Amino acid sequence: MITETGHFALVLAFALALFQTIVPMYGAAKNDRSFMATASPAALAQFALVSLSFASLTYAYLSSDFSIKNVYANSHSAKPLIYKISGVWANHEGSLLLWVLILTLFGAAVAVFSNNLPQSLKARVLAVQGSISTAFLGFILLTSNPFERLSPSPIEGTGMNPMLQDPALAIHPPLLYAGYVGLSVSFSFAIAALLEGKVDAAWARWVRPWTLAAWMFLTIGIALGSWWAYYELGWGGWWFWDPVENASFMPWLVATALLHSAVVVEKRNALKVWTILLAILAFSLSLVGTFIVRSGVLTSVHAFASDPERGVFILAILCFFVGGSLALYAWRAPILKAGGIFAPLSREGSLVINNLFLAVAAFAVLTGTLFPLVYEALTGGKISVGPPFFNPVFGMLIIPLLLLVPLGPLLSWKRADVLGAMQRLWAAAAISVLVALLVMIFKERGPWAAPLGIALGIWLIVGSLTELAVRTKFLRAPFGTFLSRLKGLPGAAIGMALAHAGVGVMVIGIVAITAWKVEKIVVLKEGASITVAGSKVTFVSETKGEGPNYSAETGRFDITVDGKFITTLYSEKRAFRPSGQPTTEVGIHPYWSGDLYVVMGDAIKTGGRTVRVYFNPLAPLIWFGPLIMFIGGMFSLFDRRYRVGAPKRAKQAVMQPAE
Amino acid sequence: MAMTRKKQRTTMIVGGLVVLGIAVAIIATALKDTIVFFYTPTEVAEKSISPTTRFRLGGLVEKGSVKRGEGTTVSFTVTDNAQTINVQYTGTLPDLFREGQGVVTEGKLDRAGTFIADSVLAKHDENYMPKEVADSLKKQGYWKHTEDEKKQPES
Repeated sequence: MITETGHFALVLAFALALFQTIVPMYGAAKNDRSFMATASPAALAQFALVSLSFASLTYAYLSSDFSIKNVYANSHSAKPLIYKISGVWANHEGSLLLWVLILTLFGAAVAVFSNNLPQSLKARVLAVQGSISTAFLGFILLTSNPFERLSPSPIEGTGMNPMLQDPALAIHPPLLYAGYVGLSVSFSFAIAALLEGKVDAAWARWVRPWTLAAWMFLTIGIALGSWWAYYELGWGGWWFWDPVENASFMPWLVATALLHSAVVVEKRNALKVWTILLAILAFSLSLVGTFIVRSGVLTSVHAFASDPERGVFILAILCFFVGGSLALYAWRAPILKAGGIFAPLSREGSLVINNLFLAVAAFAVLTGTLFPLVYEALTGGKISVGPPFFNPVFGMLIIPLLLLVPLGPLLSWKRADVLGAMQRLWAAAAISVLVALLVMIFKERGPWAAPLGIALGIWLIVGSLTELAVRTKFLRAPFGTFLSRLKGLPGAAIGMALAHAGVGVMVIGIVAITAWKVEKIVVLKEGASITVAGSKVTFVSETKGEGPNYSAETGRFDITVDGKFITTLYSEKRAFRPSGQPTTEVGIHPYWSGDLYVVMGDAIKTGGRTVRVYFNPLAPLIWFGPLIMFIGGMFSLFDRRYRVGAPKRAKQAVMQPAE
Repeated sequence: MAMTRKKQRTTMIVGGLVVLGIAVAIIATALKDTIVFFYTPTEVAEKSISPTTRFRLGGLVEKGSVKRGEGTTVSFTVTDNAQTINVQYTGTLPDLFREGQGVVTEGKLDRAGTFIADSVLAKHDENYMPKEVADSLKKQGYWKHTEDEKKQPES
């Protein structure tokens, strides 16, 4: 009964989404207030209905109702509680329902928090949101119904892919989807602005928190996925340039560009046409990502069994939204009034360069990702494009940008004194050069470029903090002045410095693991040991045990450094019930200098086990960096000047043309 | 140097095109040098692939073919039910590597015609079949059907 309620709620939500698309849009066109006023209640009711539907599917998972095909195929009564819950979205149908749940949540949030929006703009934004809901609810109901029944009802489920039974991966999809789907709000605002024919500083301020929130979720979602791959896949890799990863990375790159260009719209009323295009592209790439992941058109190490028929449906949705929005853009963008003028060497100019490089980098990733598809369509030959393509190409396109990051915030609007800005960065430059020299002297091996890479990271960190130091008169005024100035700093300024410094932290982690990773693969019998990067790893014993829904062979490894006991690591081979699918659990000990990473491999007939031991220098920085970026985003999001409902400062902004 | 709106737009467009042009050149060169072809055992047998060429070999791991040598070297046979290729790999195999299952490996042929793999691709899902492998097996299946002429291929 609960299941039928969930299904029925979904059908109602679909009807309501259709209503929400048509009626407010018509109302905005005819300037009919009562029609426009239906948008908010419709968005709220739609969210309530999809929540009900999602809750009923979750209930089916919690109560292990195997009469529902989706639960039967993806769950098992012996599964721990957290994975019964995450099982809801660890499959195609459920993950789409989660997608729509987050979409309608964003729609409801717009309805609640955007009371200061002009009524027609709000109606149009919610109507566009409604159209996206309509498409995806239709997709779920027609091709991917999570509530399909089985008759007769099986007694036990077939279980969930054990690799997904992991805490990080339980929350990875909701975060990533919040990022993907959050970009739909920026998209809706862009479409609504095109229909209104007006983009101004106020518009940029309204879109800002939504783009920022989406960007934060994407950042942390991608980082979490990478961290999971690092400790779960068992070979120390953290990024594979795999289509599914690229699918999340491309919207991130474009969303990052959008965040920066929207600042120019807000402060200087310029780059409007470009910003609108970025907002359209960011969400379009989210849809491309959904298509790539859900259709299985590209071979991916992350691919899960997928269905091409559904791919065609998503492709149709993709073509409708991308094609439709770009057509609307081509038609309406020319009427947007051109804004402020600036010299090439200015804050605006630096943000244009930022956008240019990010857009081109996203283009390179897109080309590399789709090239195998195009090649096969043209020649029938099958190829793969991997890290040998992405690493140098992406590196060449992104390093110039990273070098310029500390400079940008020190430039003034309109026209900047570049020499003056560079002078302020002398300390950052000196520290970076010093670090490069020190690394060069003390490193024992590794590529020649590695010290430069570390220096780049330091440059980003110190350079980004320089702007804060300048603003707070750090070391130039009494400490009290510095403190009071620090307190007075706007959240957005702190947020920007943190986010940029976070990139630097990540760069250091990436360079260190790439240049100085140590990998040893050996066969160890019980009692034998191997020394890797100063740590002696002794294979003590192997035991068999039982987990809640798996049986495990656990290898115990004692770690000593110079004869001193450090810790005991355990690496497990698990065989999950009911499928028997094996997984490997890695033993990781974090030193300050990096991770010691121990993996027990297969048993060897002549006795012993293959054992892989890695030392991954500074590896945690790869995920710590994005965490700092996320925290920077929080500072910026809660900047009191931008707080939702904050008094308007329109008079201070650029004068707006009268309608 | 006062900028006019037109001048500003021209500067941005020209600058953008220059960067895009450089990027396209980098992408094109890199693609030419780094793409890796995917072959099935039948295709490997038909073509003469030089030992310097890296490629991906995909098919099924033949039942009973997995042999562990000294240390961490493993050898197995990849088949598409028409041709087979011996593969040698040093390292630990992914958890989902099993006899009778689909596999994609990357590496080079040695002079004796053994494929020296330096990576065996792991999958996250035991029901998942690499698309290339599925396609080539379908092709094989189809080919058998038409040869037997007993059954029409199901649509």
